[in-house]
Amino acid sequence: MKPAIEVKGVWKEYRKGIDKRYKSLRDVLTTIPSWRKRQQAELFWALQDIDFTLNAGDSIGIIGRNGAGKSTLLKILSRITPPTKGEVILRGRVASLLEVGTGFHPELTGKENIYFNGSILGMHRAEIKRKFDEIVEFSGVEAFIDTPLKHYSSGMQMRLAFSVAAHLDAEILLIDEVLAVGDMAFQQKCIGKMDEVSKGEGKTVVFVSHNLSQIKQLTSGGILLDYGKQLAQDATDNIISLYHKNILKNHLYTFDKERVQAEDVLFSNCSFRNIEGQEITQVECGNPLCVLLEIENRTKALIKDALVGIVFKNLQGGSMIALSSNVHGLQLDLQAGTNTISCQIDKFPLSPGTYSYNLIITRGNHIYNWMKEAGIIQTHHGFFFESGEIPSPKLQTVLVAHNWKKL
Amino acid sequence: MTTEIIIRPKSGLSSKWKELWQYRELLYFFTWKEIKVRYKQALLGVVWTLLQPLMMMMILVLVLSKGLGLDTGQIPAPIYYLCGLLIWNLFSQSVNSAANAMVSNAQILRKIYFPRLIIPISSMMIASFDFLISLSVFFIIGFWYQSQGGFHFPFFSILVAFMVAWVITIVTSFGIGTFLSAINVKYRDVRYALPFLIQALFFITPVMFDSKQFSQPILQFVLQLNPLNYAIQTIRSVLTDGQLEVIGNMSWHLPLILVILYILGMYVFRRTEAYFADIV
Repeated sequence: MKPAIEVKGVWKEYRKGIDKRYKSLRDVLTTIPSWRKRQQAELFWALQDIDFTLNAGDSIGIIGRNGAGKSTLLKILSRITPPTKGEVILRGRVASLLEVGTGFHPELTGKENIYFNGSILGMHRAEIKRKFDEIVEFSGVEAFIDTPLKHYSSGMQMRLAFSVAAHLDAEILLIDEVLAVGDMAFQQKCIGKMDEVSKGEGKTVVFVSHNLSQIKQLTSGGILLDYGKQLAQDATDNIISLYHKNILKNHLYTFDKERVQAEDVLFSNCSFRNIEGQEITQVECGNPLCVLLEIENRTKALIKDALVGIVFKNLQGGSMIALSSNVHGLQLDLQAGTNTISCQIDKFPLSPGTYSYNLIITRGNHIYNWMKEAGIIQTHHGFFFESGEIPSPKLQTVLVAHNWKKL
Repeated sequence: MTTEIIIRPKSGLSSKWKELWQYRELLYFFTWKEIKVRYKQALLGVVWTLLQPLMMMMILVLVLSKGLGLDTGQIPAPIYYLCGLLIWNLFSQSVNSAANAMVSNAQILRKIYFPRLIIPISSMMIASFDFLISLSVFFIIGFWYQSQGGFHFPFFSILVAFMVAWVITIVTSFGIGTFLSAINVKYRDVRYALPFLIQALFFITPVMFDSKQFSQPILQFVLQLNPLNYAIQTIRSVLTDGQLEVIGNMSWHLPLILVILYILGMYVFRRTEAYFADIV
């Protein structure tokens, strides 16, 4: 039998700094003199010579850092954007899930949205009809199925969207990080369903996620991408450890300054200081740690009431601790230009290991900048507890100050 | 036998009508969704579809027939203007919504693959749906005039004439609509130019007048290049003498113009289609 997916030498070229994706005629006319120069300067390869084959029944995860080309590869497989060079052959019915709830319309009822969304994801009308009750039951919004979607809470909308997605039935499933949002309990339910679907006879699954434990759960093999290049294809566990070894250890950056960030508000630096104010890249657990953030506000206006957050994550992608500037009621105003903010942790609570962190700036519902895996920090054995004892790392990651007594 | 999908850098210029046929259900759902959404919050709902051409017809009757005293021949003035308006609305609605459809569905284009042609075609379907509804009113008015005597209203000939007119109008709209929708993805100037373009075309379409009234040969020539001219002529000639003359009204360059419009629209659309998701 021929393989289900064949990717043969795929390359994809993109334009850098896509500040304005579409143009007006005026833009084109005014930039005529610099046409040639700009075109040479702005092109880069988002994917370089990707080559792999999957047999029917294989399930693989695509792993790599942000900007490694994971989503671009998935977009090519989904036929949303064509490759610049190379060829892909897919054999079988394809369902691609780059987003849940695509095409949801607030004016339509839940039922109508199930039909439209299902159809857009490639289901036939008869198929949706057959699975309709199951979808509604899975989502748990039976009571509101004839209510316009605009009256749903965002959680309910998500559940409905996931339910349609979870009932997709195809020979080849392409899944992006869609499962990364929504409430945890329902997420697990969806993963369970997906797991069930993907383990079915002859299903081929390509799965992209930052969440390595999800990848572990859903796939048996993996492909490692970095800077658009395919570094390896192997069993999932081997790929994940290779990812840790090669990518993270080779890029022992405290802060990834090269990263392309949001336009308006960006993190120009993030550093860790010890109690003496010296810059450090590793910390002993239990020691004080000061995080120094430099935020550049390019909006030329004052941003009032901003919220800045730092989330430390383990290498499986699970969030460990979240530090948010609003928990103390700090009213944070970011003036135009550079702002420096510090966050002081009296006793750093993460047990020995390597952690990455996300940085985020929001105001109300608006996210100004969300920098995933902005950098790495390493923690070493330290005196979090006076005794110097630390429970086995297999049992815990976050240390909590506490007292024992015999009564 | 499983289907085999081959993804290559640039798709050919074949029109992929076969693939479109496989996606016919999605085309249905796109059309169905748009129609549903449009009437969800409108108090009068579908009545708007009827009201708009009827009001316009009344204005033309008042201004042109009663006010200026223009002659509409054997055809009663309301019918004379309404048939022109129905064809014109079909065209302007198709082109208008097709030109904007790609941009307004950008969110979907970026996340899901389907033959992109579905979007402008569904615009034509929606306009055709409205056309069908207002057509029923046209027939009611026609039969009413026949019952008053002095006016012959042959149902089947008129129906066939409208079908021919529909085909001409849809092919024209398809060519112009797909062309504009593809251009609009890259250059949002289309948004500003479109209202003017539509208005300008209105004046070289014989809705308010008879093309034979034009004396200048150059104006006659411009009018003959307009496919809508033939669409409206076909209907009006049936209404005048009851004779269905589909071929007689047309000149050899109508098929040529339709083919050129179709190829132009398809060519531009196909060329940019693959990259819609990257630039929209």
